[in-house]
Amino acid sequence: MTSEEIREVIIDILGDIAPDEELGDLKDEIAFRDQLELDSMDFLDIVMELRKRYRVQVPEEDYGELASMQSTVTYLEPKMQDVEKA
Amino acid sequence: MYDTVIIGAGMSGLAAGIRLAHYDQRVCILERHTTIGGLNSFYRLGGRDFDVGLHAVTNFTPKGARKGPLARLLRQLRFRWDDFALAPQIGSEIAFPQERLQFGNGIELLESEVARAFPAERDAFANLMEKIVDYDDLNQELFEISTREILAETIRDPLLIEMLLCPLMWYGNAREGDMDFGQFCIMFRSIFCEGFGRPFAGVRLILKNLIRKFRRLGGELKTRAGVDHIHVENGRAIGLVLENGQEIEAAQIISSAGLVETMRLCDDVSQVDTTHAGRLSFMEAISVIDVEPQDVGLEKTVVFFNDSESFCWERPDTLIDARTGVICSPNNYAYTGQGETFPEGMIRITAQANFDRWHALDESSYQQEKTKSYNELVASAVRFIPDFRHRVIATDIFTPTTIRRFTGHDQGTVYGATHKILDGHTHLPNLHLCGTDQGFIGIVGSMMGGISIANHCLSGVHSSDSPILEGGS
Repeated sequence: MTSEEIREVIIDILGDIAPDEELGDLKDEIAFRDQLELDSMDFLDIVMELRKRYRVQVPEEDYGELASMQSTVTYLEPKMQDVEKA
Repeated sequence: MYDTVIIGAGMSGLAAGIRLAHYDQRVCILERHTTIGGLNSFYRLGGRDFDVGLHAVTNFTPKGARKGPLARLLRQLRFRWDDFALAPQIGSEIAFPQERLQFGNGIELLESEVARAFPAERDAFANLMEKIVDYDDLNQELFEISTREILAETIRDPLLIEMLLCPLMWYGNAREGDMDFGQFCIMFRSIFCEGFGRPFAGVRLILKNLIRKFRRLGGELKTRAGVDHIHVENGRAIGLVLENGQEIEAAQIISSAGLVETMRLCDDVSQVDTTHAGRLSFMEAISVIDVEPQDVGLEKTVVFFNDSESFCWERPDTLIDARTGVICSPNNYAYTGQGETFPEGMIRITAQANFDRWHALDESSYQQEKTKSYNELVASAVRFIPDFRHRVIATDIFTPTTIRRFTGHDQGTVYGATHKILDGHTHLPNLHLCGTDQGFIGIVGSMMGGISIANHCLSGVHSSDSPILEGGS
């Protein structure tokens, strides 16, 4: 997956978690917590959705890497480079 | 073999089931009755729809709010705000003979009412608010400190203390006399800081959405499937035996049956500790009137009334205690949907009741006492709201024995055990509690409770301070 495809995956997951949110205006460099007020339960959900959909494991000590779209894509790139887009 | 079997298709069990099924677990919910909902169910009588339990969905926050338990619940269960179609309350009231306090959704109205009626307590109320905001939900030790002690340290006027306690105890206090400070904070936020809402179609709309989602995710629901016992071997639950003899294997069990009730199901437990069993139960007098309540001058969504010196929150020795009660009307919400008007009105009045007294009555005295208690309770309530008795066209009444029949809870308790187990753990590693005895109260609260236990099961984390267990009512 390319970084652009990974970004789409994350947008898709966020759209699933928060269907009432307008995600078109999401700023990649600003923390999800500040833009969408996601809490720790939601971050865990992103991790669980990644595992469910792509079998990507994010260990607990790396949860901090999922703070913003930018950091999430950077973190997931090496982990998902061999993953086929669903 | 199921990954998880859930006992009880109430709000908490259904919410837990959705989470687990969403993450590809094989889940089965066992429900003793033919209908789902548990404490929050519904029925039809004489061509009319009635709700049980639900007076109001507490924790109401408007569409677009991202904070608070309702927003969090919607994200966890993947619902849109519109799916629950909650209309906000019109306005509620705490009514004592000496004073009345209005409150609405959001803390502002209550704040100004406290300032108006208790000007000397303005700062004290602000101090109390700070303590509530700072309170950490999930600390089990802090949870059980005495609310009465904290209130006595903060507020001088005993009347204000009783008036604040009245609605919060009414909507979720399992203890008698006093209240856990943790529960008080949760209730304060869910009722005074957030507020009340209700779907026009009542609780059935919420249940319908939950069960539809659960089934779509592959979850199984078995009704008329009462559990006879949970089979335990070598310190683990390995399966369940139903009352009809059927055996079901499960890697994990989540029970919403209640703490004492669940322990009694375990075949490795010979002596069930009932020290913390709850015994608060209710009677409800339901009146259908031929006009809307507003036509007879009842313009409040919920009225919490009390006329004793200090608000008395305990099991009465008599059949009912009509000195304090809750009056609510499903008509009095700001519905805006098309066709969302009622042809008639419904007024529900709830009072404390004594299970043993009701249980001891034979059939004919039970019927007589129901009518007498209905009259006594309505007479008490109309001291605080306009008298509607000349407009009544139908009535229904439920008592503690009705509650026990439909929930299976000992003593017909509504708020469960007096000691809450926030993380739902039991003596077995793969048996968890969810629902009322986990300390999560209200429709949103009980669903959040189920979600927190499901998340706990999904992550396999066993510490109670796990970040995913970030609670709230």
